[in-house]
Amino acid sequence: MLDFSISKEQKMIKSEIAKLVKDLVIENAHDIDESGDIDPATIQAIWEMGISIASVPEEFGGFGDQSAPVDSTLILEELAYGDMAVAVAATLPSLFIQPLVMFGTPAQQKKYLPLYCSEKYKACTLAVNEPHFQFDVVSLKTTAVAKSGDYVLNGEKCFVPMARTAEHIMVAAACDGKNQLFIVESSNPGLHISDREKNLGLYGLESVEIKLVDCVVPASDRVGEANGCDFGQILQRTRVGLCAMATGICRASYEFARNYAKERIQFGEPIAHRQSVAFMIAEMAYEVDAIRLMTWQAASKLAAGKDATRESYLAKLYAGEKAMKICDYGVQVLGGHGYVRDYPMERFYRNSRGISILEAMATV
Amino acid sequence: MIDLELNEKTEKVRANMKNLAKTLLRPISRKYDLAEHEYPKELDMFRSLPIMGKPKKKDPAAAAAAKAKKPADAEGGKIGANMSLVLSTEALCWGDAGLLLSLPNAGLGNAALIAVANDDQIARFGSKWIAMAITEPQSGSDSGSISTTAQLDGDHYVLNGEKIFVTCADRCDAVVVWATVDKSAGKAGVKSFIVEKGTPGFKLEKLEHKLGIRASDTGTFLLNNCRVPKENLLGNPEVVKQGTEGFKGVMKTFDNTRPLVASMANGIASAAVEFLKEQLEKAGYKLDYSKSVHNMSSVEKAYYRMEAEYEAMKLLTWRAAWMADNQQSNNLEASMAKAKSGRMATLITQECCDILGPVGFSRKQLAEKWMRDSKIMDIFEGTGQIQHLIVARNVLKLNSSELR
Repeated sequence: MLDFSISKEQKMIKSEIAKLVKDLVIENAHDIDESGDIDPATIQAIWEMGISIASVPEEFGGFGDQSAPVDSTLILEELAYGDMAVAVAATLPSLFIQPLVMFGTPAQQKKYLPLYCSEKYKACTLAVNEPHFQFDVVSLKTTAVAKSGDYVLNGEKCFVPMARTAEHIMVAAACDGKNQLFIVESSNPGLHISDREKNLGLYGLESVEIKLVDCVVPASDRVGEANGCDFGQILQRTRVGLCAMATGICRASYEFARNYAKERIQFGEPIAHRQSVAFMIAEMAYEVDAIRLMTWQAASKLAAGKDATRESYLAKLYAGEKAMKICDYGVQVLGGHGYVRDYPMERFYRNSRGISILEAMATV
Repeated sequence: MIDLELNEKTEKVRANMKNLAKTLLRPISRKYDLAEHEYPKELDMFRSLPIMGKPKKKDPAAAAAAKAKKPADAEGGKIGANMSLVLSTEALCWGDAGLLLSLPNAGLGNAALIAVANDDQIARFGSKWIAMAITEPQSGSDSGSISTTAQLDGDHYVLNGEKIFVTCADRCDAVVVWATVDKSAGKAGVKSFIVEKGTPGFKLEKLEHKLGIRASDTGTFLLNNCRVPKENLLGNPEVVKQGTEGFKGVMKTFDNTRPLVASMANGIASAAVEFLKEQLEKAGYKLDYSKSVHNMSSVEKAYYRMEAEYEAMKLLTWRAAWMADNQQSNNLEASMAKAKSGRMATLITQECCDILGPVGFSRKQLAEKWMRDSKIMDIFEGTGQIQHLIVARNVLKLNSSELR
């Protein structure tokens, strides 16, 4: 039933996360970005909220809650409001866990879920993006070919978060023309991990490129084994996750610009008193809301057990474009101060570029 | 709990309204675009429908009884009056926005009547078609500056002035006229009066020839010593000199009507998006929401962007209407919806014509008409700039003298 209001429970989750983010993330976001390191204690503190394991059955170490895509968007928004690199890092295991919960065979769930549904955060990751022009997530260049009971993977991946510390990397590859997921152990001799990537944004997130050279994966490590998985469904959820993070970055950008415009005095009055500035703030305000509403719409579809291909696709398209615009406005409102790294605005600007480009950096 | 899915029943109502628009409005859409000022007699069948909603019982006991009988959101997820109006308005404007504005007994004045009239006024005017007259030659967005006067003379108010851009001017039975009872009181002196057609001194001066929504008759009224019974004043006759509370009350009507105008814009935009999709698919484009946006033609990308914008417009509008239905103040959200929808409907219909090329420039199709029709959505009921001003003042917490 149509409802635009946040429930009491949702408000509670949101404010709990917001408090954590305020204490641990916002204050340190600048240092995280400059140093490239997130304090493991921060990640651990967020991990202990149980976000990534809530929908895992109890027998595998989760809480056995029903999947709650809308709640997840609220959480991801709050985390990315603090810092997107932290949001990705702290919820990273979700990207590995979620496909197993949805499509893993009982044997796979039993083998892998308890490994990561523990009290201590343990990195495991998902490799989807590929380092080439015209990258298209629906037609991956990385391939998996069946060969005498195993699969042989070949290809390259980029923006693979924390792959150097992860024991298991889930790799998306085209298999008989369909995207499928394969679990690759870090010790696999066919897996080659690069040095840390240097990117436009998300400085705080350690990510790498990986090469798969005749990388042999046993058939038992194809997610869903012979049945495989429905990659489209996974993509719907990761897109909603990315949109939720976009909402967070954009809200941070909007609020910072709004507050700045009220405090910055030029020609004897706050610059917010000028329509040319005020109208940018107004546009930022309703575009943040629009991104959030489109995210919620797609998440509501998922919550109802319906297909959200269209809604998640349009939401990501919209979020990608508007996030860039909102953060551009943000830099513009701050002028020179938006350009220097003492202020967070240039970081929002760099990170927001990732929304349209990246796939599968968070999931609901 | 957040849930932006419409239930099946509501989706069905939506589909039925669209079907109505398809069978009744679309076939006569071009006819009345060409026959400007001619009354669309086909719309007479709508006359008895309470399009602007039903008046609420002002008698407190009856109101309490009605409320007790039907608590908000009971009956298994029934949507509220504003939401339901927004959905039907959008569907009907997918058919034709000019004709929607011409639906009998569904003038803005009817909305004002339902919002603020007392039981006696409802009894006298409830079955009439009532237009709204605010704008004057020298008073547009700044409706606090109106110069039409209303002077109390015994049991009557005497109205003098000129009103322009009155929708349904020719077809309506009565007009809600905004006039000032005390110019020195500024906004607080502005009151609204129901003036019936045929009242001496009340003259329809002319009808406008417009860019779009030509099916809708827009006109100018002259008020020359026009005497209306003092019972025809809507709302509180007192001039509250302190602050602008009275005026704010009048402006509050707009919190309900702005989402309506936004939904009109959404309706036209959806017509353009849908038509463009049909044409593209006919031409062999496969629009299945799978391809990466970095890996498609500019036409496909433009199409998807238009559809995404439409979704954003729709959701901002729904939110504003939903809030009104749930007794939440929606002044900010109503303006956000109107700002977004008014502007984007204009751009979407422009781009639709652009992509269609010669088909978009020709009057053989309706695309060119939608481009003309949609432009008014960023102008009436407060221009896009006024909406941005309202949003900006609201979020920046600035008053009208700080942010002018």
